[in-house]
Amino acid sequence: MDLNELSVLSLWSAMAMYMLAFIAFALDLARRSADVTAAANQLAAAGAHHNASLSSSLETAEVGRASGRPVTTLTRTDTDAPQVQARQSPVLRVALALTVLGFLLHLTAVVTRGVAAGRVPWANMYEFGLTGTLLIIAVYLVVLLRIDLRFLGTFITGLVLVLLGIAAVDFYVEIVPLPPALQSAWLVIHVFVASAGTAFFALGFALAVLQLVQHRREVGGADLSGLKLKFLATLPTAERLENLAYRTNIVGFILWTFTLMAGAIWAERAWGRYWGWDTKEVWTFIIWVIYAGYIHARATRGWRGSRSAWLAIIGFVAVMFNFSVVNLFFKGLHAYSGL
Amino acid sequence: MSRPSDYVDAGARPQQERPDDDIVQPKLGFTGTLRFIWRQLTSMRTALMLLLLLAIAAVPGSLVPQRSSDPNGVIQYFDDNPDLAPVLDSIQMFDVYGSVWFSSIYLLLFISLIGCVVPRTKHHFQAMRSRPPRTPARLQRLAAHTEITLEGGNAGSAIESAHALLKKSGYRTELYQGRNGDVSVSAERGYLRETGNLVFHSALVGMLLTVAIGGGLGYAGQRVIVEGQTFVNTLLDYNSFNPGRFYNPDDLAPYSLSLDNFDVTYEQKNLDAYGQPIDFTAHVTTRLPNGDTEERAIKVNDPLRFEGTDVFLLGNGYAPKVTVRDPDGTVVWTDSVPFLPQDGNLTSLGVIKIPDGLEEQIGMIGFLYPTAYELETGAYTSTYPDLVFPVLTLNVYSGDLGINDGAPKSVYELNVDDMTQLTGGETGVDSIELMPGQSQELPGGRGSITFENANPDAAASADENATTADFSGSVARFASFDVHRDPTQGWVLTFAILILGGLLTSLFIPRRRVWIKATDNVDGTVRVEYAGLARGEDPGLGEAVDAIAYRHGTALGLQR
Ligand code: HEM
Repeated sequence: MDLNELSVLSLWSAMAMYMLAFIAFALDLARRSADVTAAANQLAAAGAHHNASLSSSLETAEVGRASGRPVTTLTRTDTDAPQVQARQSPVLRVALALTVLGFLLHLTAVVTRGVAAGRVPWANMYEFGLTGTLLIIAVYLVVLLRIDLRFLGTFITGLVLVLLGIAAVDFYVEIVPLPPALQSAWLVIHVFVASAGTAFFALGFALAVLQLVQHRREVGGADLSGLKLKFLATLPTAERLENLAYRTNIVGFILWTFTLMAGAIWAERAWGRYWGWDTKEVWTFIIWVIYAGYIHARATRGWRGSRSAWLAIIGFVAVMFNFSVVNLFFKGLHAYSGL
Repeated sequence: MSRPSDYVDAGARPQQERPDDDIVQPKLGFTGTLRFIWRQLTSMRTALMLLLLLAIAAVPGSLVPQRSSDPNGVIQYFDDNPDLAPVLDSIQMFDVYGSVWFSSIYLLLFISLIGCVVPRTKHHFQAMRSRPPRTPARLQRLAAHTEITLEGGNAGSAIESAHALLKKSGYRTELYQGRNGDVSVSAERGYLRETGNLVFHSALVGMLLTVAIGGGLGYAGQRVIVEGQTFVNTLLDYNSFNPGRFYNPDDLAPYSLSLDNFDVTYEQKNLDAYGQPIDFTAHVTTRLPNGDTEERAIKVNDPLRFEGTDVFLLGNGYAPKVTVRDPDGTVVWTDSVPFLPQDGNLTSLGVIKIPDGLEEQIGMIGFLYPTAYELETGAYTSTYPDLVFPVLTLNVYSGDLGINDGAPKSVYELNVDDMTQLTGGETGVDSIELMPGQSQELPGGRGSITFENANPDAAASADENATTADFSGSVARFASFDVHRDPTQGWVLTFAILILGGLLTSLFIPRRRVWIKATDNVDGTVRVEYAGLARGEDPGLGEAVDAIAYRHGTALGLQR
């Protein structure tokens, strides 16, 4: 078995892991819904009259005790806490372990592909799909170290699974050497940063979608119950989701700004002009402007909240469009799909 | 902050603070109307709308070919959609990025931007010189708030150390004495956030101006050079030349450039990519008027920067050398003709025009197959891009080439409207078919044609028993170069760096106010309060206030 075959094998194994992780994450969401139902029943049984959605838990924490010098405590109201606290769950831990395992296999697939090709593994659509999705998982796992976004697991593994499936089945190409047009250090920088930006946008997109749904639930109350989305009660508030989405998206935006600039520098070296409104350049620009609009919307009265979330969603749709339709069907100088 | 009135944080301001609120009343007057329009234009909402409009307006240019980037695509589009194309053309759909509507959007956006940035800059300068504001009476109202009670010490010394601590952490500070006997330090940091934002927006304006002006100061020219030929950097020697509005072609740097040879490496090991080019290198010699010569290499992605110009390698192909003789054997025409590659195996198409020397003008449309292979239909195809078995086929036409009226004609096209086809097609006469070094009679005793071998030595030295002759180098290659001059590129890069730097500063430097207030309690303890207020996005505020409280406590000798 040569290295590329090993790469393909690891890739399919990674996909299998992600599939199992996806199922486990979905089970976790189902369990959360069950928890919410149970909590509601308990409340009803206790004859509690207050609406659960109004509860903002008041936490009291001991801040510190100085020996000899007693220090009083502070109180802080956490308005962002979810309405129902989810229980620790073994299935969630399994899901996470599977994701990490999938990530390692995925990483192996990418690295072996690169070694087999003797160059960076992001020179055609298949490889770009491979590396881009790897970065989505990597960014997700890194963010998890700081912020609990495990509830996004179904989305992230699901998205990656779909993208990898398309890449492996429809975009697969054998290893071929780089054509002269792609032999540049800028390929390494430009494309890698673009993938990293895409990874952050993907996360921001997921958070923005949840923000919208959560917002609906918060203002509209029960009309979502038919959709079996009870688990939403265990997730952060719409406002917290919005802040998280914003923070992820601005990281993506900065990476995207850099992508745009690195692309322009490369275009100058390769074609003698840094900007020529080539289709791919146009779409990179459009995406940049949409996200600039998103950032502005957050700072514009009347646009904060759901409206700005829609812009984040449109932005990510444009990113996906740029990667798929523009690459495959639009004519331009950036003919690197390898298909 | 003097931001537009519909900036999110502006909501806290009392309405009376805006003296021109009465402008919503029906009678505005002339200046009132102008003021109103100006305020609308520089509002956040307008900026947002214009940004979104800009994104939408950029889309059509990716759906329809553009004259600037794909002129042939536009011609093709007119051929394919004869009804639709003129309609689209009338609304500048083939020149989207220079169109009236696209330009109006971005010009409005930039006017709005300037109208927004100028007052903010003024305001920011003032803010940087003013003192941090008075400490609010009730700090516990603020979202980020912590307090501790010290046994012993006094408020004054606690604030002194707080003051030192905040100063050391880069805060601008100011001490205040409260009405209830409390002392406090008011601190602010993160002015750079606003600075970054202003740098970012101003650099966008700078970028736009540079690009607008830069386009006019330079030029772009194209030139095809066959191996062995020399290009002199003068207007006449370009195949096409597009000067900027302010460029004077007399200023062209005096130098010349010879294409010594053009090397191509083809993949031969990897069967999935057999014959794929993996390297193009143009070996050139540059010459200056003072006689300095230098040998240089130009590659794709690696242009030659020379005498204020950039020379880029764009395309390449074969340029077969053909000689035509009249019936007496006198040479009437000889030249290397660049043939345009049609596919990956370099089946190439070219046109040869013989205007003088023969009885009638002759035109020929030729195909060069570097490695010819005969299909069952009898037609040729090329199976490999290098010169393994090169064949040149030519269809000959006689009549009027249509070039006598002086109007420029493309050298790659032959207009056969006024010509008679002599070979190939339905004439029943076989097309001319030549390998390097071979000659053939032109039909009707018009003379003869020779496909010159550019490297006869290789053919001669080939082993006589070899099944095929060695044709390597038998046809010269050509390379097409783009020569550019853009004196503003350094500025573009500078503004790009400012944009990125401004962006990073403005998005990641938190701007916040922090207050530490100490009050002596009657029982001899000291109550110390810590509070913070975010100005703009600041997810780390709570943590920062806690950290300050912790460090302050440590500085006061608290043990934990
Ligand atoms: C070419 C058009 C524009 C682009 C591409 C653009 C882009 C951006 C970006 C990327 C940011 C976030 C980074 C930062 O804070 O520096 C931003 C922030 C901001 N922009 Fe613009 N902008 C444009 C025009 C304008 C205009 C016309 C205005 C005034 C009406 C404006 C007002 C602001 C304000 C107030 C912020 C701060 C937002 C906040 O506090 O989060 N911008 N802009």
